[in-house]
Amino acid sequence: MAKLPLQFRLNGSDRATFVDPASNLLDTLRRGLGDFGPKYGCGQGTCGVCTVLVDGEPQLACLTLAVSCEGRQIETTSGMADGPNLHPLQDAFMDHFAAQCGFCTPGMLTAARALLAKNPQPSREEVVEAISGNICRCTGYEPIIAAILAAANAPGARRA
Amino acid sequence: MATMEMRKDLFADERDDNLNVIGKGVQRQDMPGHVTARTRFFDDHAFDGMLHLKVVRSPHHHARIRAIDTSAAERAPGVKRVLRGADVPVNKNTLLSLINFGKDDEPSLAVSKVSYKGEPVVAILADSEAQALAACKLVRIDYDPLPAVFDVEETLKPGAPVVNETYPGNYFEYHERFDHQKLRFGDVERGFAGADIVMEHRYQMSPIEHAPTETNGSIAAPEQNGRYLVHSCAQGLFFALGTTAKIVDVESNQLHFIGGTVGGGFGGKVDSLTEPLAVLGAMLTGRPVRFVLDREEEMLYGSPRGAERIYIKDGLMRDGRIVARHIRSYFDAGAYTRLSSYAAIKCTAHVPGPYWIPNVASDIYVSYTNRCPSTAMRGFGVTAVDFALEVQMDRLAEAANMDPMELRILNAYRDGDMKPHRRAAKNTALVECVQVAAEKANWPLSEQAKRASSLIGGGAGERSQIPATQLDARGQIGRPDSRNGPVTQVLPAGTSRIAPSKQPVMEGARDGRATPTQVPRYEPQRPAAPPPPPAYQPAPPPYQPASSYSPPPAPPAPPPPVAPAQPQHGAVRFSSVFGTRRR
Ligand code: FES
Ligand code: FES
Repeated sequence: MAKLPLQFRLNGSDRATFVDPASNLLDTLRRGLGDFGPKYGCGQGTCGVCTVLVDGEPQLACLTLAVSCEGRQIETTSGMADGPNLHPLQDAFMDHFAAQCGFCTPGMLTAARALLAKNPQPSREEVVEAISGNICRCTGYEPIIAAILAAANAPGARRA
Repeated sequence: MATMEMRKDLFADERDDNLNVIGKGVQRQDMPGHVTARTRFFDDHAFDGMLHLKVVRSPHHHARIRAIDTSAAERAPGVKRVLRGADVPVNKNTLLSLINFGKDDEPSLAVSKVSYKGEPVVAILADSEAQALAACKLVRIDYDPLPAVFDVEETLKPGAPVVNETYPGNYFEYHERFDHQKLRFGDVERGFAGADIVMEHRYQMSPIEHAPTETNGSIAAPEQNGRYLVHSCAQGLFFALGTTAKIVDVESNQLHFIGGTVGGGFGGKVDSLTEPLAVLGAMLTGRPVRFVLDREEEMLYGSPRGAERIYIKDGLMRDGRIVARHIRSYFDAGAYTRLSSYAAIKCTAHVPGPYWIPNVASDIYVSYTNRCPSTAMRGFGVTAVDFALEVQMDRLAEAANMDPMELRILNAYRDGDMKPHRRAAKNTALVECVQVAAEKANWPLSEQAKRASSLIGGGAGERSQIPATQLDARGQIGRPDSRNGPVTQVLPAGTSRIAPSKQPVMEGARDGRATPTQVPRYEPQRPAAPPPPPAYQPAPPPYQPASSYSPPPAPPAPPPPVAPAQPQHGAVRFSSVFGTRRR
């Protein structure tokens, strides 16, 4: 199959690659560009571990056609920290034991990041709603909810 | 952060140092990796020229394979290699063969028959996942469907279809001849006869899928020095390494396993579901090979927790004392053994629950059925029987018209009580756990129940004794088919067939650090090194038991070892399959 050229910004850097027209964004990020932040959990839009931001909106990379991202801004957990300085959500996840195996964590952080960017002081219900597309098999969600609420109240949380 | 409290009043003799971690938050060393997405799971590795492996699975629960035609698949675009059973160097394995337990019974790729729906038959290696999947559809397999059996008791009946030719009786063979794990202590029939109430209930569990967020998988890549690098999701990395080395028939030092970052396991990542075929593919093609289950495969064919059927029959006195308990349980192994043989041993070690009962019998079977093989999952062998036991306890409380918390306190093990496994209970704390739970739940307890203590009353009178064990006409401790026969012999009080005194695997020192010792072997019975009283002294008993059982006889001759001495292996954690777990 003829490959198509594709360019977008990934975590603030311009990236260019060639993709199959049928490739999804998840494979393109992981296998094409080597960003292993988004994970594969189901490939069918049910688990949320592949969540990335496309122009600031949370999207499931496994259900997003790569070619539809031409010229977009893609953000993943790999680019969430500002150099050595962690994002307040990352700090809060560490402080609240919000990861056990860590496999859902990149997707959770991305969903939470999208929430706080739009709604800096969410209620508990809004947090639960925001991560309702993300499955965590380990923590039972409570530490994750607590971490997101704590990050919302931390200084600097409004940084997207 | 929630704080935790160390109840030194309960565990005073357990540790005498001051713990300086419990109750404090400590940052986990893997957390920074998790929140920055720098943690590398097995699939987070890139290799040039990587092939993708997919398997063709059986659509039948049970069928003979008449013919396999892979010619069209071999010619399909991107396909680099097709694997069949004949390509697997050692195409029969059982996981616990690494510690010489059980017979090899499971092929990596089925050859002449399939025994469960989803059993792998053919593997395709192609340049892309899509190409591998497309080629899988081109494989033609001619099946002759066979009758299937799905029920753990039906499968043990004469005439049931043979699920697994290695075990033609459809049960796992303990010590190569016994159809179940047995435990006998005292005389349950006599206990039932003397009980005010006898109650039997059946409990049926379901299989449970672990559903890890990361599916099972691995990537194997040839290194330049004749070795193979394997990124694996395995929960037991060296277990997976040993299993893979055996199946692909290489020395284990040719395999370089990297893992430890498991995207959720819960027991479902101990079966080496993908590593052997990934390594074999890398050996035969010289290319890196990635074999990852997709979500559907994980849910349908990633081995679940085995369903158990449990019957509990209890003899209860009106005052709430349980005087006899008989447990019969059937563990659904699915089509192959994997770890179910071990689950039944754990189950046997766990009955009759944390209660002192003078007459206990249990018969735990591992049944083969035409279901997906089951495996480890969080307390397997114990969790299900605990559920059954505790529901039964509530029913007993109702029958005795007693508070369920108080019934548990009344029957709880106390320090020094003799367990049916012929070991004295130590460091017991059920009484206190129930007291604390009642207090936190504002559950009223009687003064008597509040005053109860694990340190009081244990090991008194018959509670420290090993009662006489009934033998059947054949001098055995009771096969199911001879249970109704006349009792002709009695195993003398204070004795057991399996020597109770064994070296501990780990000897905890007073500073809490464990000093590993050698993996023990069965040894003839001999008096245990005297532990502090009121621990169990084999024979002669310190005083006459206040029981109605046969009087203590002369010290018995030591029974012969019941299992051959096992060669040493590293798998200390599994040593309890030989009954050699510490204390
Ligand atoms: S992998 Fe995209 S939602 Fe599960
Ligand atoms: S931490 Fe394991 S899935 Fe969430």
